[in-house]
Amino acid sequence: MSELFFTKKHEWVKVEGDHATIGISDYAQEQLGDIVFIELPEVDEDFEQGDDFGVVESVKAASDLYMPISGKILEVNEELEDAPELVNEDAMENWMIKVEITNKKELEDLLSEVQYKDFIEEE
Amino acid sequence: MENAKKTPLYEEHINAKGKVVDFHGWALPIEYEGILQEHQAVRERAGLFDVSHMGEIRIRGQEAEAFVQYLMTNDIKSLKDRQIIYTFMCYPDGGVVDDLLVYKYDQEHYYLVVNASNIEKDFQWIKDHQSNYNVEIENESDEVAEVAIQGPKAEAILQKLTDTDLKEITFFTFKEGVEIKGKDCLVSRTGYTGEDGFEVYMKPEDARELWREILHAGEEEGIKPAALGARDTLRFEAGLPLYGNELSKEITPLEAGLGFFVKFTEDNYIGKEALQKQKEEGLQRKIVGFELMKKGIPREGYEVFKGEEKIGYVTTGYLSPTLGKSIGNALVDIEHSKMGSTIEIKVRKRKIEATIISKRFLK
Repeated sequence: MSELFFTKKHEWVKVEGDHATIGISDYAQEQLGDIVFIELPEVDEDFEQGDDFGVVESVKAASDLYMPISGKILEVNEELEDAPELVNEDAMENWMIKVEITNKKELEDLLSEVQYKDFIEEE
Repeated sequence: MENAKKTPLYEEHINAKGKVVDFHGWALPIEYEGILQEHQAVRERAGLFDVSHMGEIRIRGQEAEAFVQYLMTNDIKSLKDRQIIYTFMCYPDGGVVDDLLVYKYDQEHYYLVVNASNIEKDFQWIKDHQSNYNVEIENESDEVAEVAIQGPKAEAILQKLTDTDLKEITFFTFKEGVEIKGKDCLVSRTGYTGEDGFEVYMKPEDARELWREILHAGEEEGIKPAALGARDTLRFEAGLPLYGNELSKEITPLEAGLGFFVKFTEDNYIGKEALQKQKEEGLQRKIVGFELMKKGIPREGYEVFKGEEKIGYVTTGYLSPTLGKSIGNALVDIEHSKMGSTIEIKVRKRKIEATIISKRFLK
């Protein structure tokens, strides 16, 4: 069983046991427009909650990617380096990083899907 | 956003699902389907832009030629009737009030097309320098709508809608009283994309119908509505400057590498002395083109280094949609501006090597 969360910075987090898969929301890709460049971290790097772990760039602008939770990078989606537009095609399918969760208590800071939908409606 | 002015084509932008932003006080779309598709349409086929936000100032009177020449760095007196020239209006110190197009009807009648962000400033500047010149100055910006049809198919598409032979309107000339689908328009062969194309001026009440007619006429050629995002990537690739980026109160045309549009004939104009002096003494800094040697995208405002020394900043940068390369313009100290030399751009947290290349990236 996996659980899906979101952040106010528009990342999504899918949690399975001690592991989490992280990407950006469909709303985020829509707001960005054509994504032309994605930079992701190295495997084994450690991050604190709120650190920026990479960047996603559209034609017009660069946007930081923020760690929704603290963790160690287990895997990065290298496919996105050559085909960043995949995130425009399907933001939920095309994840960015997989991490080992350091502190599961931090999951309490995240938004549920319903809360996130309310949040973006207000934006 | 609520206070932003709407162009006569606002409803068309909403209907076409344009992402509308506040652009210098105008509610205009940044993109419709996407900047990349719109950019490509203009390079390969055609794109239609709403540029109604641009300003139009008319100068008429016995001394119009002398007055316009006094304001402009380029050689206004060399213009033939119905010809257009790209020029700068400068401050006495050589900084730029605006870059603009001057349309010459005849010696007593000129039409200035200025940047949207500078309309009020320009109009005031022109009025402030009228002194004893026998001219009338009118800001007609709110009384005219303008669209730009740009791309290799632009002529073929527009020709379907008019009996005027568009071949007669050669590069940087114009014709008024052109009937497009029965609407009275002024048509010039000008643009801001590096492609062939036209800019069409019309009454605001005719804009929506003409917008639709042009898009309809260009269906088989694959025309697309194109917005501000693509307008900027297109002009940048073609080496065309943007006021506020490559030109400003602080950056002279010579520093921008646009000395071709600054003439030193016997006629006096505002800023001439300072520009002459800058030319004679040599530049301290200038705008160069560059290409990043590694992955990353340069952006406006990023710092430029040579070793530990900060030598300038990026004025515009993109991952070029046409070339697929990360390229930019930067204002750098003159000793580091040589073609082929290596500089570093601070892209977010790290410095990335770049080579200085020509600003005319498409060539």
